[in-house]
Amino acid sequence: MSDDVFPDDVSADDDAAEEVAIALLTLPLDAWHRARGGRMVEFAGYLMPVQYEGIIAEHQWTRENAGLFDVSHMGQLFVSGEDADAALEAVLPIDLATLKLGALRYSLLLDADGGILDDLIVSRWREGLFLVVNGATKWDDIAWLREQLPDAVTLNHLDERALLALQGPAAFAALDRLASGEHPLAALTFMRGGRFMLGGVEAWISRSGYTGEDGFEISVPAEAAVAVADLLCGAPEVKPIGLGARDSLRLEAGLPLYGHDLSPETDPVSADLAFAINKRRRAEGGFPGAERILGLLTSGAPRRRIGLSLEGRMAAREGAKVFAGDREVGIVTSGGFSPTLQRPIAMAYVDSDLAAEGTALSLEMRGKRLDARIVPMPFVPHRYHR
Amino acid sequence: MPRYFTQDHEWIDVEGDTGTVGITDYAQSQLGDITFVELPAEGSTVAKGDSVSVVDSVKAASDVYTPVSGTVSDTNAALADEPELVNSDAELGGWLFRITLSDPAELAGLMDRAAYDAFVAEL
Repeated sequence: MSDDVFPDDVSADDDAAEEVAIALLTLPLDAWHRARGGRMVEFAGYLMPVQYEGIIAEHQWTRENAGLFDVSHMGQLFVSGEDADAALEAVLPIDLATLKLGALRYSLLLDADGGILDDLIVSRWREGLFLVVNGATKWDDIAWLREQLPDAVTLNHLDERALLALQGPAAFAALDRLASGEHPLAALTFMRGGRFMLGGVEAWISRSGYTGEDGFEISVPAEAAVAVADLLCGAPEVKPIGLGARDSLRLEAGLPLYGHDLSPETDPVSADLAFAINKRRRAEGGFPGAERILGLLTSGAPRRRIGLSLEGRMAAREGAKVFAGDREVGIVTSGGFSPTLQRPIAMAYVDSDLAAEGTALSLEMRGKRLDARIVPMPFVPHRYHR
Repeated sequence: MPRYFTQDHEWIDVEGDTGTVGITDYAQSQLGDITFVELPAEGSTVAKGDSVSVVDSVKAASDVYTPVSGTVSDTNAALADEPELVNSDAELGGWLFRITLSDPAELAGLMDRAAYDAFVAEL
């Protein structure tokens, strides 16, 4: 059989694997993952754990307890300096005037045609704006931002920091016992952050994440990452969770993944991310791609990102063609088996005239047609602490 | 009953001119949680090395190649409701299909258990 599940599995320590490993970057928790049985694979240029005990068990553990995810591959950037807000507003469709101290907001890095270069989170710190961008795109993002931002604005890559995500209904209880800060952890609602101490380590903690569950993202100095991971996994509610479950959890939550569901060929309106074009910016424009995007907001996009629930157990994967009868109407961008729903689900872009909930479509997989129906996203309800 | 292995991690038990085929325990451990198994059509004629079955895990789909040529005579109906049998019992209850061999000489190119174990140890 072909093992194309983990094509870049380099956890075996033979000579060939070592050659690959040299070319890849390792993260502060590399040895920590291996010691816990993490199966390391290449992801975004780094070696990262795809799973420990198994994707379904880890997925369910996160939905019922709390999972600790190492997301240190993601880019942590800091923008500061005179008129940093205005400079960043020239690059992002965000309204920073309404982003309060300690608040987080989802935004998009757009090219001149409104194509999506990356999705990111912007937080307001006292000293400036903290950005978390995707790992696979961070080098391009940094180059793009350096080009776009004026000299008076400083862009720092906080590559000396690690990033952990603690996600699940028990995340608050576990973290509340361990963190103390400028305000109680309970003061953080969804998309709010603050400074805390965690086992003697300074941490920026925000109530956010990418699983659809309540949870936190925790930025700490890289040299303290092992101590913080040990501290968190010492809590009975917490287990380390790999990239495999991170993907199945975010798919159930209906959250798009850059490089799969989002790309320079997709725009915010088609991607159903128009909420990221903040109200004032719709009125004023002045962000990359504004002309095209504002046009799409008025006229509608030719395609839409939608959710599909499949009949049977065979999953449709990225790249599967979508049909309405004989007419090809779209393409699957993410798909897999939902451990929570016990059936396959998918995200796809389909022609807007066929994007209504309840529409019956078929997906072509390995020469077969799989019956599917458009359903609302998220597939599994979000449980954010608002 | 002799058992043979392929470098693609299939096993085949041979009794007379009938072979029973599955994937190895090593293979299932690499694939992780199996959620669906697409089985070949009974009565279909297949050639050694053809992709005849697909094992879906949470992450991805993987082809299963037939170790020998022949005609598919039976498939494991239990996998329709319990694909996870391939995880829990890969080398017995999680078998995939039976095949009537058209060229038993093909078996000579396969590995025995000792050779397969040595092959996996090198991976």
